[in-house]
Amino acid sequence: MNETLGLIFISIGLVFDLIGCFGLLRMPDVYNRLQATTKCVTLGTSSILLGVLFFKGFGPTGIKAILVGVFLLLTAPVAAHALARGAYRSGVKLCEKSVCDDYAKDALS
Amino acid sequence: MKKLNFGNLRYYASLLLVIVTILFLSFNSMPSLLSWQSPWLERCFFILLFCFLLCLIRVMIGPTSADRAVSVDTLGILIVGFCAILSIPTGRDWYLDIAIAWALQSFIGALALAKYLEGRGFDE
Repeated sequence: MNETLGLIFISIGLVFDLIGCFGLLRMPDVYNRLQATTKCVTLGTSSILLGVLFFKGFGPTGIKAILVGVFLLLTAPVAAHALARGAYRSGVKLCEKSVCDDYAKDALS
Repeated sequence: MKKLNFGNLRYYASLLLVIVTILFLSFNSMPSLLSWQSPWLERCFFILLFCFLLCLIRVMIGPTSADRAVSVDTLGILIVGFCAILSIPTGRDWYLDIAIAWALQSFIGALALAKYLEGRGFDE
């Protein structure tokens, strides 16, 4: 459809992906890493799929790209939440700079 | 003698690594088997491969098993974008079919890994 607009969207998505992957390396804790990467990488990949839609037009390929994007936006937070709960229950400690731990209070009450 | 602050040093080293990588990929053209429609799209492809490398480093050095599960989940989401970019120069739309299947597989795999980390069985 419009290749310039598609390239702009793909570039924005790649910047988000790169920042998310550096958060995966730099953050001190499992929960911080999960928070940094899941948001950034989900939004970046959705932006890449939107760019593919602008490249291909509203054919079968573009509709498939939008379908994958909607599916990813629905399922990635569910998977991240399940992974965070699993990590907490398996006994991974929070880092030293953490301020509060609300999940422990909820588990006690 | 003033003591060196290695925390800031590591920060500047990683920032320098990002800038050098983006500049290198922007001014060099790499040999490729595919016929890319624009040269900037090819460089985007190699930046995405660099993101894969960062995820694999976290898989290697992760202190706990939860770190490895998180980074494998992230790698699964990145592969979806990889397949989507790969469908542009080849012109074949079954790469997006692979992307749909991979997104489903990654979601179910992440849920199974979370249940395994909690210490429960798969049939509860």
